Amino acid sequence: MRTEIWVVFQRQMRVLLRNPVWVFFGLTQPIIYLVLFGPLLKNVTGGGLGGDDAWRVFVPGLLLQLTIFGAGFAGFGIIQELREGVIERQRVTPASRASLILGRTLSNMVVTAVQALLLVVVALPFGLRASWSGVASTLVLVCLLGLGISAASYAMGLILKDEDAFAPFVQGVSLPLLLLSGVLLPMSLAPAWLRHTSQANPLSYVVDASRALFRGDFGDQHVWVGTLVTVALTALLALWGTRVFQRQSA
Amino acid sequence: MAADDLIQARSLTRTFKTKTGPLDAVRGIDLDVRAGEIVGLLGPNGAGKTTTLRMLTTLLLPSSGTATVAGLDLVRQAREVRRRIGYVAQVGAAPSAGLRVGEELVTQARLQGMSAADARARVAELAPRLDLAGLECRALLELSGGQRRRFDVAIGLMHRPRLVFLDEPTAGLDPQSRANLWTHIRSLRDDAGVTVVLTTHYLDEADALADRILVMDGGLIVANDTPAALKSRVAGDVVRLGLPDLQARDRAEAVVKEAHPIRDLVATDTGLHVTVDDGTVAVAPILRGLDAAGLSPTSISVERPTLDDVFLTLTGRTLRDEAAA
Repeated sequence: MRTEIWVVFQRQMRVLLRNPVWVFFGLTQPIIYLVLFGPLLKNVTGGGLGGDDAWRVFVPGLLLQLTIFGAGFAGFGIIQELREGVIERQRVTPASRASLILGRTLSNMVVTAVQALLLVVVALPFGLRASWSGVASTLVLVCLLGLGISAASYAMGLILKDEDAFAPFVQGVSLPLLLLSGVLLPMSLAPAWLRHTSQANPLSYVVDASRALFRGDFGDQHVWVGTLVTVALTALLALWGTRVFQRQSA
Repeated sequence: MAADDLIQARSLTRTFKTKTGPLDAVRGIDLDVRAGEIVGLLGPNGAGKTTTLRMLTTLLLPSSGTATVAGLDLVRQAREVRRRIGYVAQVGAAPSAGLRVGEELVTQARLQGMSAADARARVAELAPRLDLAGLECRALLELSGGQRRRFDVAIGLMHRPRLVFLDEPTAGLDPQSRANLWTHIRSLRDDAGVTVVLTTHYLDEADALADRILVMDGGLIVANDTPAALKSRVAGDVVRLGLPDLQARDRAEAVVKEAHPIRDLVATDTGLHVTVDDGTVAVAPILRGLDAAGLSPTSISVERPTLDDVFLTLTGRTLRDEAAA
């Protein structure tokens, strides 16, 4: 099974890296966030914002946003693969269904890792000061989440089978999830009803954990809760994705 | 089950749920394929050919019925079945830009469980046999239609299966590429001893390739015979006569039967379809007979039998009726 995952992973990475448009925009996107939105934060006060600390709040949020949109749209690729007949030809092999989807999600995870690392590095000259072990832990969390979300995205792609349905679906789901998790501005600024709603969103806990980690506050209970939520969510989504992949091919 | 039966299916059915209610795509078919055969599944779109093929290749679970493929239970031993069969799907959409012939073949072989070295050796062996030598580094996107189909066939053959399924292998190809692919499919059996099951809606393709043709219609196998035996049933050429009105048509029917030995005659709203042994020989006496009776056809044509005619003979209706229904 390890070989199978590796074979699928290699194939996906080849396709990705040979697409210069993707490489360019995939890598510049995190920088665009930082350059065009970050400077606004300096002048926002309240909710732990204001001054150079703003970056410690903003960058974890950006990492999450990057992951959710990047991994969320992974399913686009599988719709094209369905049309090409790639999915079908891989399904008539004895390879385990799990490795066919895990190899793909692994490539999304690597992409997320590279983008996230780049974002952190570029944030440094802007004034990001953070705990390094905290940043490293956050990257691990974010990669894990990327794995779960891309697995779910592949499953949705297989179910919907059509980009025209898939795009609005992903937009429709990820936008409220993102806004409700306080990625752009912390939920401490929110009125009570919004704050309560956000507590039903698993991503809120991941954002809170990431912000605590960036502060180097490993003892903060947000860290443990967020980690547990991430692991559980990823396991659930990956399991579901594999099930769908299995069901669609009998 | 006979020792050399590679496929044995009994009462296989498949029902799909659709918005307008259940659709019985395959309504209970029995099917046997012996080792070394080339079997053609022939029928119009929607006849159930592809659904049958997808069931036999483990891509689709049967709704009911049983089947063994390569001696293994299709449902319970699906994974083992997959090791032993090759599958060439219908031609897909344009491939992604980053894919290359050699790498895709190796990927496929690796997923079939071959080592990287074995897979590369197999590409080197297979590529020249399918006229793909030198194209290993070519992008899939840059292949011609014929090359693309030969690549698809290579995908199905990488792990040296003894049984290969081809879904409409030559659909959309120009005549020259079709003939070329036919040669390759024949040599699969003749040189490599591979058993082949293919679907097609071209009568000439089934005729040229298959040892045995299964005609499918409405989810059932309506005929199962050698091409020669089928042709003797459908047989001969069809002389189509257009006639101005029904009265003229009925008079012409009598005249034609008198003028030349016929195999079959079907009266339609606009004229007659007369089946004869040799159309080119039959036309002159038929025309002379009509002339002598004072009848002048509005049109006349001689046609080799088409799938339409096979259908008309086997089911009593034409494919056009099917489309209109």
